[in-house]
Amino acid sequence: MSSAGARSAFDPAGLFKALFLGLIAIFVLVPLLATLLGGFKSLGELRVNPFGLPRHWEWQNYADILFSARYWQLLRNSLVISTLAVTLTLITASMAAFTFAHVRFFGSSMLLSYLTLGLLFPAATAVLPLFIKVRDLGLLDTYFGVALPQVAFSLAMSVLLLRRFFKDIPYELLEAALVDGCSYVKFFRYVTLPLSRPILATVGTITFVNSWNAYLLPLVMLNTDALYPWPLGIMVYQGEYSSEWHLILAFITLTILPTIILFLLAQKHIVAGLTAGAVKG
Amino acid sequence: MQRRIASAWAMGVVKPTSSPRAVRGPTWDGRFTVLILFLPPALLLFTLFVVLPIGEAAWYSAFNWNGFGKPTNWIGLDNYRFVLETRAFWLALRNNGLIIAVSLAVQLPLALTLALMLAERFREAVALRMLFFMPYILAEIATGLIFSFVYDGDYGLVASIWRTFGAEPPHLLASTDTAMLAVLIVVVWKYFGFHMMLFIAALQSLDKSLVEAARIDGATRTQTLRHVVVPLLYPTIRLSVFFAIIGSLQLFDLVMPLTRGGPADSSNTMVSFLYNNGISRMRVGYGSAIGVILFAICVTFAFTYKRWFMRDE
Repeated sequence: MSSAGARSAFDPAGLFKALFLGLIAIFVLVPLLATLLGGFKSLGELRVNPFGLPRHWEWQNYADILFSARYWQLLRNSLVISTLAVTLTLITASMAAFTFAHVRFFGSSMLLSYLTLGLLFPAATAVLPLFIKVRDLGLLDTYFGVALPQVAFSLAMSVLLLRRFFKDIPYELLEAALVDGCSYVKFFRYVTLPLSRPILATVGTITFVNSWNAYLLPLVMLNTDALYPWPLGIMVYQGEYSSEWHLILAFITLTILPTIILFLLAQKHIVAGLTAGAVKG
Repeated sequence: MQRRIASAWAMGVVKPTSSPRAVRGPTWDGRFTVLILFLPPALLLFTLFVVLPIGEAAWYSAFNWNGFGKPTNWIGLDNYRFVLETRAFWLALRNNGLIIAVSLAVQLPLALTLALMLAERFREAVALRMLFFMPYILAEIATGLIFSFVYDGDYGLVASIWRTFGAEPPHLLASTDTAMLAVLIVVVWKYFGFHMMLFIAALQSLDKSLVEAARIDGATRTQTLRHVVVPLLYPTIRLSVFFAIIGSLQLFDLVMPLTRGGPADSSNTMVSFLYNNGISRMRVGYGSAIGVILFAICVTFAFTYKRWFMRDE
């Protein structure tokens, strides 16, 4: 690329660009690295040396957390809630999207706009009535009480993304199948879904990340520590260990690690989903 | 290949070509089965957990109610009056305004500059893109906690910088003068990468021939950028502004681990104000009134903006 070739030590524009990028990279990296390394220090060292490499590596901080039941329980709760949310979102959204893409019926576009409005609604408005509804349904303090509203709020975007993809499946395929006596349901199951793996992965990943990172809904719907997903658990942990930053930093590192691993694995899907979702608006 | 097309299509590069034509072969029965099997789950969930609660928020906001039993103590619009008479609400509103201002004045220009530098696919660019996008992937809670360490007056990074200059470190998050500023910096740190990615996706799907034509006609690099590339990005910029504002209005998770809205309500956002006053004390009517005000602001903004700036999209 031309700009890569243009970067030389004597090019002031290139130098400025490199400096600028370097500064932003430092701005992003320093808090992350300080968190990771802080977990390897003792509290005393953290105070005098928060930036540098640990002089003495305290593996024990990390080991204590990794061998604690609490850490694994938080991850397990998060995993259960997110898996529920993803599964239910994919099932309900793909069925609805298929109908909107391939079945003509009266009121189809009206119903689709109804769903689409969900993109605009701030979740915070609904959260108090949602609490009362979930309570009245007897779902307070259950995984479903958190997952179901999450599914409902992710439906608008998911249906839009899936429908756009489904519509690109050649219509002749559906026509031929129907003429041959295949039902819509079978076509959906044996043709649409297998052909749509990339977009299903994208929608699934986005739903997963949103659910995995969510704080407000679990905060309102869960009262039992044993059910807390990690964002709630880490807030409680921080409250208990208020100024023992070396332990809190180790705990933070170990809880964001799964997020970062997931990101590296599913990077393509995450970026595609976010930008496509965004572009759709 | 399949995936390539799919993601190109998903990025909005490839436009869908085929649209369903009138159905010939299948019978009404076939469609009927799909309609009663496939649509209800999604519509039911959406109605039950999104639409109804928003309607109920409007209803509950007319009561003085703690959430137990049935709402009976009808007080009309009083909750709205109470909210609007609270100084902390106006502080929260102002803070949301500040977040919007910083997003538009700092975050988006930064994101656009970086996108223009990193849209081409050389190795460092791909690595930097991923690095800059990383904060967006982290949970708000984790981000907030990381920065409450950064700002910590005893152990944090800022404190240590202060001490090297021999000064007594400030407790940024504990002072009404600096808490909001500290939050704003984290907002930029967390979200600029998302907008950068939007711009990069748009840049990569631009019609390169227009840029080449400008170059051939003798435009300098800067001229091409200013008069060709950036105007071509306007639709994405408008969208980015839209997302920045809607996101800023709903900011919550990031504030909780940093300041919980304090000290003295100085860093509340509308949602943290709603949480602190409505949810944690179960003042359902009062909290719902705040929710409805937030709803009205978001929806009014969204429709006005779409109408004025995004008509063609």
